[in-house]
Amino acid sequence: MRGRPNLYTEYKAEMGLFPSMSKKIAIGLLALIAILGPLAALPFLGFAGDASWLILVNKALVFAIAALGINLLTGVAGQVSLGHAFFMAVGAYTAVVLGGEAGNTVWGLGLPIWIWLPAAGVAAALIGVFVAPTAVRVRGLYLAFVTLGLVFIGLYLWRNLGKIAGGPGTGRPWPELEFALWRNMDPLVSFTSDGPLWWWLTPVNWLPWVHIEEMDGEVKTFFFLVVLVAVFAIIAKNLMRTRIGRSWAAIRDRDIAAEVMGVADAKGKTQAFGISSFYAGMGGALFASVVGRIIPESWDIFLSVEFVAIILIGGAGTIVGTFLGTFFVVLSPRIVENVTGFLATQAEDGGPFSWLGSIFVRSSADDWIGIVSYPDAAGPGLSVAQLNIVLFGVLIVVFLIAEPLGLYGIWLRARNYWKGWPFTY
Amino acid sequence: MIAQAVSQSGVDKFVNALGSGVALGAIYALLALGFVIIFKATQVVNFAHGAIAALGAYLVSYFAVTINIPGRWMTFAPDWLQWSLSALVAVLLTAVVGMIVERITIRPMIGEPLFAIAMITLGLDLIIRTTTNDLLDNTNAGLGDPFGLEVLTFGALRLDAAQIATIGVTIVVVLLLMWFFRTRTGVAVRATAFDQEAAMAQGISVGKVFAIAWGIGAALAALGGIFSSVGSRGAAGVSPFTALIAFRAFPAIIIGGLDSIAGAVAGGMIVGVLEVMAGTYLGGISWLGTGFSGIVPWLVMMAVLLVKPYGLFGTEEIRRV
Repeated sequence: MRGRPNLYTEYKAEMGLFPSMSKKIAIGLLALIAILGPLAALPFLGFAGDASWLILVNKALVFAIAALGINLLTGVAGQVSLGHAFFMAVGAYTAVVLGGEAGNTVWGLGLPIWIWLPAAGVAAALIGVFVAPTAVRVRGLYLAFVTLGLVFIGLYLWRNLGKIAGGPGTGRPWPELEFALWRNMDPLVSFTSDGPLWWWLTPVNWLPWVHIEEMDGEVKTFFFLVVLVAVFAIIAKNLMRTRIGRSWAAIRDRDIAAEVMGVADAKGKTQAFGISSFYAGMGGALFASVVGRIIPESWDIFLSVEFVAIILIGGAGTIVGTFLGTFFVVLSPRIVENVTGFLATQAEDGGPFSWLGSIFVRSSADDWIGIVSYPDAAGPGLSVAQLNIVLFGVLIVVFLIAEPLGLYGIWLRARNYWKGWPFTY
Repeated sequence: MIAQAVSQSGVDKFVNALGSGVALGAIYALLALGFVIIFKATQVVNFAHGAIAALGAYLVSYFAVTINIPGRWMTFAPDWLQWSLSALVAVLLTAVVGMIVERITIRPMIGEPLFAIAMITLGLDLIIRTTTNDLLDNTNAGLGDPFGLEVLTFGALRLDAAQIATIGVTIVVVLLLMWFFRTRTGVAVRATAFDQEAAMAQGISVGKVFAIAWGIGAALAALGGIFSSVGSRGAAGVSPFTALIAFRAFPAIIIGGLDSIAGAVAGGMIVGVLEVMAGTYLGGISWLGTGFSGIVPWLVMMAVLLVKPYGLFGTEEIRRV
């Protein structure tokens, strides 16, 4: 069977987690990069250890957890949801009430992470199961509006429940990512403060060009999150390839036909909502904790749209696509900002791209040509933040029209092209 | 809102709340009508509706205040006429924008899943809304409307000129639409709504119908956006928040049923009246907190959907295996 990676002699082999050797190698390489990259121990990828990038990467990892959830719900089970921000908020507020510090104006029990993190997921899942009956009754686009309604009802609740959310416009601090046995005990492991290398990372120093004694808090957060994300991705993958996920896919493709074949429609949708909300709750709690402080207005429709964009850009119904989409959506604003800054300096100092810069960037009040105002945002011309939102919208539109399978689809096409090369098919 | 600041007896309070509610409902009905026409003809759920509404309101501000077109060429005409013509230009321009958007982004998606097209409109919403906000410089701009703050009293009922204009325009729009759907083009739109392929087989240009539907829909959205930004209700004019009005009109659309013209008007009225009533009678209850009247439409929508999953007047989908 050697050299014929697509030949499966057993059904079990085809349904395996990593069915081919190349996938195993790819995962191995990814794991290597995940360990060495943040420590700036990789040649060429040294910038990955830069704290400002790591903060974004951490945010992407947190988003990936929540995105896995909405991908299970929308991509696999076919239930359109714009309510992801609501479920994330439920998780985040459960976390902060259980794990946060109590104050004069806010509730908080100060419990450790091993209580508040799972509880955030469970609370969101319970709400999800509670909402599910409506979802079972309402179909398709009507469901999108019901879940949209959840976001607005949620926003009203968070604004008014000052004891939980900390009041409009101010918010409250979230518990840090640190592992303690019980409240008020010293944390055994802190995932946010700078400190020495963990013992299991010491082999990194055997590499001849690496010598690390300390690592930043961001790196620790990264390792904590990467393990969580890996666990959640494997759970999601396993869900997709076993009984539950197959029943979801059947419901997605044709719910009546699924019911006729003996797939319990209502049960499947309830499961999908519950499990997806569990992911969303965990993601929301971690997001709030990583960011540190969140105002109640943050859990708005735009956050939900961001997650819909993630699965559309990445590729609905695939795990790889979820990650591609998340990293694309979270990292692209930073890249756009850097590119805009680069073009602005090019236009000013004169360089190979100065023509592009002078067309694209509106640098001063007298300059009338340009899409982006940089560095200041006054007058006509979008600010960089606005440009990001517009690009985001353009990307959603372009991907849906040109490549409905998203980045994953592009990857599939590229792979198939080289597989068949020099033949076209 | 100003009228309600005066303390009133029970009946007066109710009548005035009803009047304001109907006026607010008329705005929602305008938005809902545009939305439903687009949905009926093209099966597209237009999440960009609010952004288009805000764009229309911004264009009025631009034409009437910033460059004063066509007012600068007709200084002899009374203010209200100048403003109405500016508004007309803005509405027509918004309709053209709607048609362009349809041609570029929606036409290539014919035959794709409805969810995918709905998500495209979400992307469009981001694009149009952000661009409008940038044109507005992220502040608010007055529309230069001639309505003023004058309050007219009809017995116990007190309405300001903008509210009366809103109700009047909505009635005219509904009558025009009823007439339109009896014309040759209107019948073509109805046929397309019923079955695109069958309509095509009868020689109807479905593409043209799509363009017409988006034109009308965008124009109605612009009207909704304009009337939500004039008079005492929209004293600040058009602002980045104007686009969010669609998120308050969505429950109206769903309550009425996504594909029912009558449902759009009924839903708009129900939501408008309920929202104002909740503001009037529940505003004093402290444990409800602030902003409760804003989510009343959503709560009503969920309740209605639990009983009637396709809205009050919506067509029930017949599903086959």
